[in-house]
Amino acid sequence: MADQVIRENSMTLEFLSLPENVGLARVAVATFAAQVDITLNEMEEIKVAVSEAVSNAIIHGYDGEPRGKVRVTAERDSSGLTITVTDWGRGIADIAQAMQPAFSTDQERMGLGFAFMQSFMDGLEVTSEPDQGTQVRMFKKYKGERPGN
Amino acid sequence: MAERRINNPLRNNIEGVFLLQVFFSMEGKELWARLKGELDMHSADELRRELEASLDHARPEVLLLDMEGVSFIDSSGLGVILGRYRRLKKQGGRMVICRPKPQVLRLLQLSGLDKIMTIEANGPQNNPGGIG
Repeated sequence: MADQVIRENSMTLEFLSLPENVGLARVAVATFAAQVDITLNEMEEIKVAVSEAVSNAIIHGYDGEPRGKVRVTAERDSSGLTITVTDWGRGIADIAQAMQPAFSTDQERMGLGFAFMQSFMDGLEVTSEPDQGTQVRMFKKYKGERPGN
Repeated sequence: MAERRINNPLRNNIEGVFLLQVFFSMEGKELWARLKGELDMHSADELRRELEASLDHARPEVLLLDMEGVSFIDSSGLGVILGRYRRLKKQGGRMVICRPKPQVLRLLQLSGLDKIMTIEANGPQNNPGGIG
């Protein structure tokens, strides 16, 4: 697998902030990611990270209402996969606080979304402006060893 | 064997892809909920309602979540589990998670839920519903 030639590729998916689109985004990005040789474990990690980022956009960006768009892009080059999830919702006032594990404004939520994105991806960058929206960029490196394959 | 089973496919838009199904059965003081499908924010809200309704109705001492059929979970799904755990604990009951797949077990461990509730890797032997 070390000799795998990775061709550059990109995709964009845009949808209304509806809960059923979380699964759509997750499956689309995982399918894109699996165009190159990745392990099952890496694919699971990508699915969780995308699910968390899109859920955040819907729940926090748009207060769970189907009133805005969410855009997911995935770009691949020889170093790895970059996934960007953008919303134009209410934004995050304090990003550092929002990224704390177990910080959630809702009792039923675990506040682990960013923690999972951090654990499962090799890079995480969040930019946000109140009332302008939020952009989450995640990077997953292609590793040389593929014990699962 | 007294068994109450409700076949309740949760909302599904694209057949076979985003479906979560929950099958309930009651055995003595144990309420079994067998889950099948993907557990994210979409299915979590429905699952929460289903579990709450069944807990209200059945008043079990133990809630057993059979997760063998769950192929995906994220923090929204974990939130539903945590919420039901808190409810049962307040009422003096307890919760057992049975047979999680490796990717589901990993998130249960990362979230620390494995430290507060019982996880049975193989599941108790007396599962009345069997696994379809």
